[in-house]
Amino acid sequence: MAMNYNAKDEVDGGPPCAPGGTAKNRRPDNTAFKQQRLPAWQPILTAGTVLPTFFIIGLIFIPIGIGIFVTSNNIREIEIDYTGTEPSSPCNKCLSPNVTSCICTINFTLEQSFEGNVFMYYGLSNFYQNHRRYVKSRDDSQLNGDHGALLNPSKECEPYRRSEDKPIAPCGAIANSMFNDTLELYLVGNDSESTPVPLKKKGIAWWTDKNVKFRNPSGDTPLEERFKDTAKPVNWVKPVYMLDPDQDNNGFINEDFIVWMRTAALPTFRKLYRLIERKSDLHPTLPAGRYYLNITYNYPVHSFDGRKRMILSTISWMGGKNPFLGIAYIAIGSISFLLGVVLLVINHKYRNSSNTADITI
Amino acid sequence: MGTPKLLGATAIEDKLQDGVPETIITLNKAKIKVWVLTGDKQETAVNIAYACNIFHDEMDGIFIVEGKDNETVQQELRDKMKPGCLLESDPINSYLTTKPKIPFRIPEEVPNGTYGLIINGHSLAHALEGNLQLDLLRTACMCKGVICCRMTPLQKAQVVELVKRYKKVVTLAIGDGANDVSMIKAAHIGVGISGQEGMQAMLNSDFAFSQFHHLQRLLFVHGRWSYNRMCKFLSYFFYKNFAFTLVHFWYAFYSGFSAQTVYDTWFITFYNLVYTSLPVLGLSLFDQDVNETWSLRFPELYEPGQHNLYFNKKEFVKCLLHGIYSSLVLFFIPMGAIYNSVRGDGKEISDYQSFSMIVQTSLLCVVTTQIALETTYWTMISHIFTWGSLGFYFCILFFLYSDGLCLMFPNVFQFLGVARNTLNLPQMWLSIALSMILCMLPVVGYQFLKPLFWPVSIIDRIHHCMRHPLPPPIRTKLKHPSSRRSAYAFSHKQGFGALITSGKTLKTKLPKQK
Repeated sequence: MAMNYNAKDEVDGGPPCAPGGTAKNRRPDNTAFKQQRLPAWQPILTAGTVLPTFFIIGLIFIPIGIGIFVTSNNIREIEIDYTGTEPSSPCNKCLSPNVTSCICTINFTLEQSFEGNVFMYYGLSNFYQNHRRYVKSRDDSQLNGDHGALLNPSKECEPYRRSEDKPIAPCGAIANSMFNDTLELYLVGNDSESTPVPLKKKGIAWWTDKNVKFRNPSGDTPLEERFKDTAKPVNWVKPVYMLDPDQDNNGFINEDFIVWMRTAALPTFRKLYRLIERKSDLHPTLPAGRYYLNITYNYPVHSFDGRKRMILSTISWMGGKNPFLGIAYIAIGSISFLLGVVLLVINHKYRNSSNTADITI
Repeated sequence: MGTPKLLGATAIEDKLQDGVPETIITLNKAKIKVWVLTGDKQETAVNIAYACNIFHDEMDGIFIVEGKDNETVQQELRDKMKPGCLLESDPINSYLTTKPKIPFRIPEEVPNGTYGLIINGHSLAHALEGNLQLDLLRTACMCKGVICCRMTPLQKAQVVELVKRYKKVVTLAIGDGANDVSMIKAAHIGVGISGQEGMQAMLNSDFAFSQFHHLQRLLFVHGRWSYNRMCKFLSYFFYKNFAFTLVHFWYAFYSGFSAQTVYDTWFITFYNLVYTSLPVLGLSLFDQDVNETWSLRFPELYEPGQHNLYFNKKEFVKCLLHGIYSSLVLFFIPMGAIYNSVRGDGKEISDYQSFSMIVQTSLLCVVTTQIALETTYWTMISHIFTWGSLGFYFCILFFLYSDGLCLMFPNVFQFLGVARNTLNLPQMWLSIALSMILCMLPVVGYQFLKPLFWPVSIIDRIHHCMRHPLPPPIRTKLKHPSSRRSAYAFSHKQGFGALITSGKTLKTKLPKQK
């Protein structure tokens, strides 16, 4: 009788099954996963969580920002632009193209002495090492010492792939445009006697680059022999196996070359050139006084409005002089604190007027 | 031969399923209009309507349209309409005269009371023609409940199509018999009830279940959750891709507009596929704003979906602006951190590969924080997906930038040693922390202020009340029909014959609309 019909008894929506057979139960399992009843944490943004967050962020960020800013301010740095585009600059004579190897000298004075390790950088501006065609113009297998790639460089290196009917080693536009100015630093003593400042040329590249990524082609023969069927890059004066008499810094593992091959992200950058190691705790590494910089001006940048400069800098745990992070942290910390106060006021005013009582039905 | 002797009487009771009146009341609370399209005779249909609360005794009026020809039907419909609307400067009348090409949508009109409409199949055959269609629709839409009785299956489909064509609504058709199939197929959503009448309705429907009251769960629990999840998914997906892509736009200003990518090519490959796919999948599968008990208790929660509040053009623009802001933060903070700068041991930090690494790690941290802020229902699986994806990114990073892989394929995997040299830099973690906080604070502030200044619906107040135990359900008093109403009817009226032979129920080919 239909009166006693109870839908819950029916498990199958289809026609009734034969008596004696197993009813196919299409009801889904009553597990928490399938019925979407998994235990869960349901956070709600209330005033009690949001406002302390703003205040805590403010209170944490401002001291961090001050610390970074103070650290950055304590770093000593001097930048000397030696492009030579101004007529009064000593390097102006090097701009004309018919002078092959021009030497110019720039005098400068250090107001304060530099303590600890001092790092000497060369910096370039308006030089787009991050241009897409430039970035891909290299062959990392060749730079890793692969013999096949040495003689048959990748097509990405075009048009710097072959020259004089021989493969170029190292190929590509990045290697071709390697920075080749030579910078020497001299200290002018009290008696006008100049002493050269000792510059260390090894230890300037990343360890992984020098020891893993860049390798000379293997072999027992001298380096020149291993490169014998290759040509030097078009704009280079010396081939790659004559970059440095020290065999640990020659060929592809020359550290200046490695530093140059690590392309910069932005058009204004600086690259580590030399290290000036600290002498002892008693004497500053670079005492205050007069110095002059001897430049062998080989690298032309004025045709694309680029600029060259030499930078001397001390270093902290945060790196060089860069107040950006310090200022940003202080700014964001203050803004966060202010917003916390504003939200506190708004919350106080509006919550009291709106109804947060239980919902009435 | 004597006079006939009454031997007895048989009666068949078609019992309503459990829970039907409560379901109809809940649907009405959610501002869902319920129309009954049935093949039964008028008396049966009206009695059923009273039994399941589509009509109730307190209604201001019940209109019956019984005309047998066009003019009478039009007169009846227009007469019913008059109490509730203006007839001068009517958009309908101007539409009927000009017939514009763009699809015409009838605006919502508010009646001045609760009314019911009863129309039978024969009158409907006239009312579904030409000009009368719109009169029928306007009258019917202003009524709280509509009963169409003595309908053929074709007419059921025609009524549904009429509503779909001229009103900006979503239609759901639910039926259990083979005569409901055309209606189920015509509506936006077709629901088949499996039961005594066979499998036809089920096989042709989008959803099928066995009890009418399951419709409540379908709409208010699963439908609502599904809508919320889709909207969150869409807005998050657009946001993370805007943040990802627009960084290249800002970088173009600094790379000579040469289309150099900021990220490693492997990161670009894996970003949408591996690093950010699982958390958003978890969000789309498990997220709930309120649990099912509350969803069923408060049908008003269904309203935002009806008005398309959670993902529309405005929300998309908000998403776009948020993505632009995030991309600005993600590019300029790392750029400022490494600009013309060096590491703690004096060596290179502002190279392309380190910059790329800092930006991509910041991006992943920011989008992970964003989905963490959007997830309101944290199951164990959500935790695993969200934090696990970030951890997985670091594992893949070490693998892709490892010596072994990079030495095997130097031209394909070029980022040898970058992970080791960059992940121990304080500048990197400080800039990531700054980017995360800068991207997170506006979102948190907005989510905090929005319920105060622009409350959407009851949902904003519900969230605060969820801390307290659910108030006991107020048993909605079912209005029992007065004793003279019953679900019984006499089968003494004529059947369908005249309607079918009139030819009005044959489907005509509609002229192609250019």
